[in-house]
Amino acid sequence: MDRAIAIQVSQLTKAYDKHTAVSDLSFEVYAGEIFGLLGPNGAGKSTTLRTLITLLTPTSGTASVLGHDTVREADVVRRLIGYVPQERAIDRFLTGREHLELLGALYHLSKAEAARRIAELLKLVELEEAADRAAKTYSGGMKRKLDIACGLLPDPKILFLDEPTLGLDVQSRLRIWDYVRMLKARGMTIVMTTNYLDEADRLCDRLAIIDKGKLMALGSPAELKIGLGGDIVSLTLKDQSKISTLVTALTKQPAMRAVKATPTGLDIRVESPEKALPAILESANQLDCQLEFIEYHRPRLDDVFIAHTGRSMTESVQDIQTV
Amino acid sequence: MAEYWQEISALTMRWVKRLSREKFSMLFTLVQPMLFWLIFFGNLFQRAADMQITQAPDYISFLTAGVVVMTVLNNGLAGGVDLLFDKENGFLERLMTTPIHRSSVILSRFIFVMTITSLQVLVILGVAFLFGVQPATGLLGIAAILMIGMLFGVGLTAISMAMAFSVKSHGDFFSVLGFLSLPAIFLSSALVPLAGMPAWMGFLARFNPMTWAIDAVRPLILTGWTEALPHVGMVVIVMVIFDALCLYGSAKVFRRAMG
Repeated sequence: MDRAIAIQVSQLTKAYDKHTAVSDLSFEVYAGEIFGLLGPNGAGKSTTLRTLITLLTPTSGTASVLGHDTVREADVVRRLIGYVPQERAIDRFLTGREHLELLGALYHLSKAEAARRIAELLKLVELEEAADRAAKTYSGGMKRKLDIACGLLPDPKILFLDEPTLGLDVQSRLRIWDYVRMLKARGMTIVMTTNYLDEADRLCDRLAIIDKGKLMALGSPAELKIGLGGDIVSLTLKDQSKISTLVTALTKQPAMRAVKATPTGLDIRVESPEKALPAILESANQLDCQLEFIEYHRPRLDDVFIAHTGRSMTESVQDIQTV
Repeated sequence: MAEYWQEISALTMRWVKRLSREKFSMLFTLVQPMLFWLIFFGNLFQRAADMQITQAPDYISFLTAGVVVMTVLNNGLAGGVDLLFDKENGFLERLMTTPIHRSSVILSRFIFVMTITSLQVLVILGVAFLFGVQPATGLLGIAAILMIGMLFGVGLTAISMAMAFSVKSHGDFFSVLGFLSLPAIFLSSALVPLAGMPAWMGFLARFNPMTWAIDAVRPLILTGWTEALPHVGMVVIVMVIFDALCLYGSAKVFRRAMG
């Protein structure tokens, strides 16, 4: 499929004194899609995003937005994009309307044009009633909505969202997802970072999985899952000393794509469960391995993440949160 | 050009709105120098101060010039605080993704700080007037005082903004601020003339640009143009050098911080 390219990132590297935040990253974002940068905290998603929105200069490599280089033509790029930052970048003393009016002036809109867009956006994000209250009285969800309205004020071709639903309650999250889908339906290209797997899975058309500054996988959620090759059978053994014996026995069999030991049993990737399941049970029986639990599931995005990074996304997120 | 002005005025008005919503903070900022220094300190040292040394009819009229310049100092050094908060909560980043001239943010801050400082200086002169201090050089003298204040304030605000962009946390910023402000006041001719200081303090005070500003403002208030003009001429030279150094140093920081 030949699609118009909205963003082109080639061999992007951003290094700081001590560490490399992003290393040799290349990908394209097509016009009109929702593109997700998925990875744990500190993976390099935000660095990538901030390079695209002209806030960071790459150490090497280039990024271009709608054909304009983010460094040489930063000013042109800034006129084409909208940005919704990760922090609630809100001035608590200003009202919602004043935020939008300030941005209207910074995007050089006329008073009339700004007023028209502001009225439209306040309606869209359902902040009409709260528009003239100081932002310090807003709830987390309302601040997020104001953030999004601010990002949309310039009527951007591409909207960048940094962790759009971080720390929001379930209802607000679903609401934000609705907005994003609606914007896509209007023809906007959307680039977002997230460390929520379900968000990436359900919202994004295509994903770049990033870990430790490197691109690990690229594709639609469905492609990525299919790419793993097969469904997964997870076994939990009563006697864990038998895990290795069973691994050896199963590895040789044709119905098994890949067999991997886990702390409590085995993860087996299988082509077709109808053939594989009887074979697994038979082997387990022969070797006298009693099963405590058996689970079969289609690959989830978490499995994709594990396959490409060697660790679980949820683990790595928790790691960071508990530090 | 029209776009540039639209940006600067919108950003400046934001600072004004913020200030007007922080009523307590505004009140204390405005009142503090008058209340603490001019009214309390000025009256407190009325009899303790030696007229032979201050060369003024009373201590409060001697102190007025010091309080004026102290206000410029404190406002200038605190001039970067709002940018610091903007940096910390991501608002600055939002501004930086808009197609504005990078200098608009900095300029709006200069305009705001200079305006507030000038208003405050006028209020201080008004309060001093109530205590019987009449500027000897009249309205033109007051204009000269405002000009000196702005010349000094530009450099200070530049330092403060550069610091706001460089520090790791706002704790650091306020520590440095607290560390700079009082020594700058004590090691200047704000409270005691150079002639009345211990030799080593007087020596250090000569290197403090604040001293030069005070020594020009003081004769404008106390004596008259003949006495004041050479000092005013001198302070303009000193401040142009001071501002040039501050702006040169901070411009590098701004460029690094804002791309």
